[in-house]
Amino acid sequence: MSDTAQDGPMLAADGTTLKQSLARSLRREKMRALLLIAPLLIFIFLSFVVPIVSMLFRSIENSILQDTLPETVVALENWDDQSGELPDEEVYAAFVRDMLVAVDAKTHTRLGTRLNYEETGMSSMFRRSGRQISRLDPVEDAPFKDKLIDIHDGWGDVNTWAVIKTHAVPYTNGYFLNAVDMQRTPEGAQAQPESKQILVKLFGRTLYMSLVITGFCILLGYPIAFLLANLPMRSANLLMILVLLPFWTSLLVRTSAWKVMLQQQGVINDTLVWLGLVDDAARLIIINNQIGTIVAMTHILLPFMILPMYSVMQTIPPTYVRAAKSLGATNWTAFWRVYFPQSIPGIGAGSILVFILAIGYYITPEIVGGTQGVFISNRIAYHISSSLNWGLAAALGTILLGAVLILYWAYDRIVGIDNVKLGG
Amino acid sequence: MAALTPVERAPLSFVVPVVALAGAILGLFVGTANGSGLMGILIGAALLAVVSWAMIVVIKNERVARWGLVIAFAILGFVLGSVPGGLIGLISGWFFGWFTFWLFESRYRMRLLPYLTPRQVLWHYAFRVICGAIFVFLITPILVVIPLSFNAQDFFTFTPEMLRFDPEGYSLKHYEDFFTNNEWQRSFKNSLLIAPIATIISVTLGTLAAIGLSQAHVPGKRAIMAILISPMIVPLIISATGMFFFYSNIGNFLEGTLGMNKTFVGYVKVILAHAVLGVPFVIITVTATLVGFDRSLTRAAANMGADPVKTFFKIQMPLILPGVIAGGLFAFITSFDEVVVVLFVGSASQKTLPWQMFTGLREQISPTILAVATILVVISIALLTTLELLRRRSERLRGMSPG
Repeated sequence: MSDTAQDGPMLAADGTTLKQSLARSLRREKMRALLLIAPLLIFIFLSFVVPIVSMLFRSIENSILQDTLPETVVALENWDDQSGELPDEEVYAAFVRDMLVAVDAKTHTRLGTRLNYEETGMSSMFRRSGRQISRLDPVEDAPFKDKLIDIHDGWGDVNTWAVIKTHAVPYTNGYFLNAVDMQRTPEGAQAQPESKQILVKLFGRTLYMSLVITGFCILLGYPIAFLLANLPMRSANLLMILVLLPFWTSLLVRTSAWKVMLQQQGVINDTLVWLGLVDDAARLIIINNQIGTIVAMTHILLPFMILPMYSVMQTIPPTYVRAAKSLGATNWTAFWRVYFPQSIPGIGAGSILVFILAIGYYITPEIVGGTQGVFISNRIAYHISSSLNWGLAAALGTILLGAVLILYWAYDRIVGIDNVKLGG
Repeated sequence: MAALTPVERAPLSFVVPVVALAGAILGLFVGTANGSGLMGILIGAALLAVVSWAMIVVIKNERVARWGLVIAFAILGFVLGSVPGGLIGLISGWFFGWFTFWLFESRYRMRLLPYLTPRQVLWHYAFRVICGAIFVFLITPILVVIPLSFNAQDFFTFTPEMLRFDPEGYSLKHYEDFFTNNEWQRSFKNSLLIAPIATIISVTLGTLAAIGLSQAHVPGKRAIMAILISPMIVPLIISATGMFFFYSNIGNFLEGTLGMNKTFVGYVKVILAHAVLGVPFVIITVTATLVGFDRSLTRAAANMGADPVKTFFKIQMPLILPGVIAGGLFAFITSFDEVVVVLFVGSASQKTLPWQMFTGLREQISPTILAVATILVVISIALLTTLELLRRRSERLRGMSPG
């Protein structure tokens, strides 16, 4: 397409070549788009991504030992924790010097709390010894070995020093080991004692119950989505309100409604007793256990299953099933071989969505779950607000986040994240 | 419905046993409630068999038969179980009258395709009944809360007075408690303060970003989208944990170094956290609206000399407004309903309504929660209606017929 009047490259109105001019305008467009996005991106980055990353960091961060007992940590390096003998005087002297500083700064109790996660009794040992060590003089009162053992038996226990030495690393895998019911010991990673093993079971229960809830949501959601997709528009929209109303109602309202329904003196039990189906003395126990959590969460998450299924089923042409039937397929064959395979993307999208939401649920299990129906998220909350073992909470959160991100990735692959629809 | 399937009356040998079967099921419940299930089944089946036969053969006139049945059952129910019994009798009388003639006149066949076999017809209705049961499961918990909130007692269940429809059993005292109790009022005001500000932040930033994202050439669009949507995907408990560590540091900095008021800093923390959670909803709804936006309109405006800002406010904004409002409503409800993050990030002076409900459910169980729940259900119905109207308006604007 050469122009006879012009040689060389095509020029834009301002005299630059068309190629350059186009590239510049494209660049400007990109810049404008990025400028529009930038405020939000920075906002999300600062107030969401950074907190999450700092949480991940907290799950391995462990500088407290080296910060509080710097000299002891160095002195302990020469001690062999496998020898079965107590460390020598040098370590005890270093320890007293460190403790004097720590007691002044009141950081020794924090260290005690930290070590108490690993070895029960450490917290009280540090608190009690701290007061007495502060009366010692770092020069005149030497040697300290026997004095310390007098103050508290624990200082004469090889195990105490072994624990300190094991955890005197700036970055630890200890919290993650704890999160999977193991512990960091001088001999390497080992299983926790039987009585302390609860977290793996809790992870298992979280997965299992989320799967059960997802299963129930598929069972209950599929017929509804099918009905809505095959009814005439007007009646479908009317019935859609029955799905959207629970979706829009406050989570707390629905949870309290289930509390009202499921209690032993609640609506379901009262109705069953009134009908004579259940004896008054043998009311069903359907709250504060797994049944309560499963029933309430199935109800709460059901709209999240129905809506994606519905949007997929709407796109399935009804003529396919009719064609199958006219070719001699029975109702069941036409459904199972023609309709169902086309609705699988909807099931997949809904299932992943429900599963992601279910494994991170906190409020509903907390209220209707009792002790048997709680999830790993309740344990995280417990460690944040009650036991204050933040490192373990962060490690548990990191594992949970990893699981969710894998699912999210799968969701993006199957559905595409920009195809998320809200409210039908 | 274009053409109804031609039907003829069903034989009595079909109608009477089916109605009797339905009667047996009702009899089972009434029977177990009064002592003997088996007797209930027998009496129910026999009673309904006789009644359906009498209605069809003896009375013949449908209107008279159905009204007669309603009145007869209502009186029977009232004798057996006073007001609630009478109500159940009324409903079942209406149902059996309708059911008998529905079967007898073959109305059940009228709207179905003519070539369906009896088994397919049966499955068609069985499927409807199953779906009905699931809808009941979806909606009952929400409906049960409403009458219970008018309970005169401090119970979480229906008292005998309520079931007798005795006015003594009902009162507004839980609502009164909500509107006079300081704790509830403070948390309500906190919610009304935090949610709108958080919504404004997420809508403003979110709309701008959505417009940027909908441009043709955005480098790293998928990655940006993933980051912006992540607050919706990451479980709340993890967001809350992360924010708990982070915002306590920020809070210490603002209070300690800059010497700000503690309460003010608390509000800032909660509002920022909620704004983050609302952003994905705004992004999703606004980008969805922008997909249908005709780009040549902005070019036309630019062609006529409008600067980008004027184009945005005069052309683009009015057209995408439904999407923006919908996203704003989502963001608002997210913040208004949020409890996990505020539980971790906020302090007692930022106690919101859901937080108050949560502690109420966990510790001192007070039926005031049910009154609050009812108010919230009414609010969500209002929001749902607004959204539906917006959706229709947006479809009308785009020249689609509202469905």
